[in-house]
Amino acid sequence: MSPNEDELYQEHILDHYEDPFHRGKCPRPTHAHEDENPLCGDVVRIELAMESDGTIRDAYFDGDGCCISQASASMLVERIHGRPAEEVKNFSANDMLELFGAKLTPNRQKCCLLPWRALQSAMYSPVGAEDTDDKS
Amino acid sequence: MLTDKVASLDVERIRADFPILASTLHAADDRPGVPLVYLDNAASTQRPRQVIQSIVDTYEKHYANVHRGIHWLSDQSTDLYEESRNKVRAFVNADDSGEVLFTRGTTESINLVARSWCDANLRAGDEILLTEMEHHSNIVPWQQAAERTGAVVRFLPITDDGRLDLDVLDQFLTERTRVFAVAAISNVLGTINPLETLIARAHAAGALVLVDAAQSVPHQPTDVSALGADFVAFSGHKMLGPSGVGVLYARRDLLDAMPPFLGGGSMIRKVTTSGFEPADLPSKFEAGTPPIVSAIALGAAIDYLQGQGMEAIQQHEHRLCVLAHEVLDSVGGVQRLGPSPGDKCGIVSFKLDRVHAHDVAQILDRQGIAVRAGHHCAMPLHKRLRVAASTRASFYLYNTPHEVEQLGRALEAAKSIFRRKS
Repeated sequence: MSPNEDELYQEHILDHYEDPFHRGKCPRPTHAHEDENPLCGDVVRIELAMESDGTIRDAYFDGDGCCISQASASMLVERIHGRPAEEVKNFSANDMLELFGAKLTPNRQKCCLLPWRALQSAMYSPVGAEDTDDKS
Repeated sequence: MLTDKVASLDVERIRADFPILASTLHAADDRPGVPLVYLDNAASTQRPRQVIQSIVDTYEKHYANVHRGIHWLSDQSTDLYEESRNKVRAFVNADDSGEVLFTRGTTESINLVARSWCDANLRAGDEILLTEMEHHSNIVPWQQAAERTGAVVRFLPITDDGRLDLDVLDQFLTERTRVFAVAAISNVLGTINPLETLIARAHAAGALVLVDAAQSVPHQPTDVSALGADFVAFSGHKMLGPSGVGVLYARRDLLDAMPPFLGGGSMIRKVTTSGFEPADLPSKFEAGTPPIVSAIALGAAIDYLQGQGMEAIQQHEHRLCVLAHEVLDSVGGVQRLGPSPGDKCGIVSFKLDRVHAHDVAQILDRQGIAVRAGHHCAMPLHKRLRVAASTRASFYLYNTPHEVEQLGRALEAAKSIFRRKS
């Protein structure tokens, strides 16, 4: 195996992929959003339970897709769990790529940023008012 | 049918004609690169020197606009362009060069028919029949035509093993069906569809047939006259030619009756302030400056393919396909999509258990193997198969059994990365 491949499919990333943090339904979610990458069909849904002061009391993800998109969702949900809303809203795309760690080509960056995109939309999507477009 | 009388390809000699196949990928300061194994031919093929040289020669010696000038270069360019059209005509055995239109590719060819023929002929309630295995380029133009005309798009189902379900064809091919658009070969499943039967049944029902031949013309002998199809669309870049040029073959009587698709220079006989008169075929459907150099180079690609022999190419790919099935089955945890090798061409799509298609493609890429991963522009088909994404290996005349075996070994490596917890 070449060094690059080691880097992309490293222990840390595979751990998140095969044993994800908070994969499933969020109990009593207040905010949620589902996004997909139409290029590859990867889907990530982020569900949040936000306190009245905006703190992320609970965060979950669910989805279907490649190792990169699902592992990055797990990392992201773990990262924002219990954090204040302002910090989550300020968490940038570059922060996400840094959190993921491995070097990614532009195409795979889209996979990595899918959960981040879903999260940023979820922050502004109270449950009940979320976009109900058919995403199939 | 394939016979043993067809001479084998000299693949090593063929490979020497394709400069890109000698490429080394992923080389870095601290490690050597890996040789390219190009198995993404259903997406686009590579080009031999002869085709590349044709491009250089045209630009260096013969280039001017076609059908325009009185000058020497324009005559040369026009002659080469029309000579190439005649090569295409002969290659697919059409009667008449006026029935061979140069387009920008299969997509534009289908759009031409969906726009020109459908808008002039379809009314609300008419039906357009497609199949569940079509490429988006043979779906969306018809959906757009349906939006404009009020026609209805229907989809002939496929069976679980990836063949058209002919048992229900009569329910879908009715007196309301005006046009049936079907792939000769599925770009995902590799299924070779029974065109003779489909065309006969469609014609008996009074429907015209458009064949999306993007995956068939490059890989097997084509005879549009014997086939009796009304429209046949294909692309240059999938048959060793340049991108940006494709072909629409259509029956002359249909083209004569159809309104022009794009308006502009070349496609007119006369323009006045009150209107225009369209030109004769094929110019009527070739508005503007065509892809001159690409069309001429497509002629060079056809020369190259004919030099190898289409039957020999077909047989070579069939052998690779059979081997690929054996190799994939021996890997274990591989779900192949589509029928067995007897009914398909050199396209093999599959899912590797527990490993997403994109991860498969990425791991293969690190070993120099280029495959396609995703839905391959066939989202309705993947939905039907309940597969979010698949990995596709597709072969051509320059691929070798050794490369197919490399694919198998690379898949073993992919499995080992993801099998830590099972």
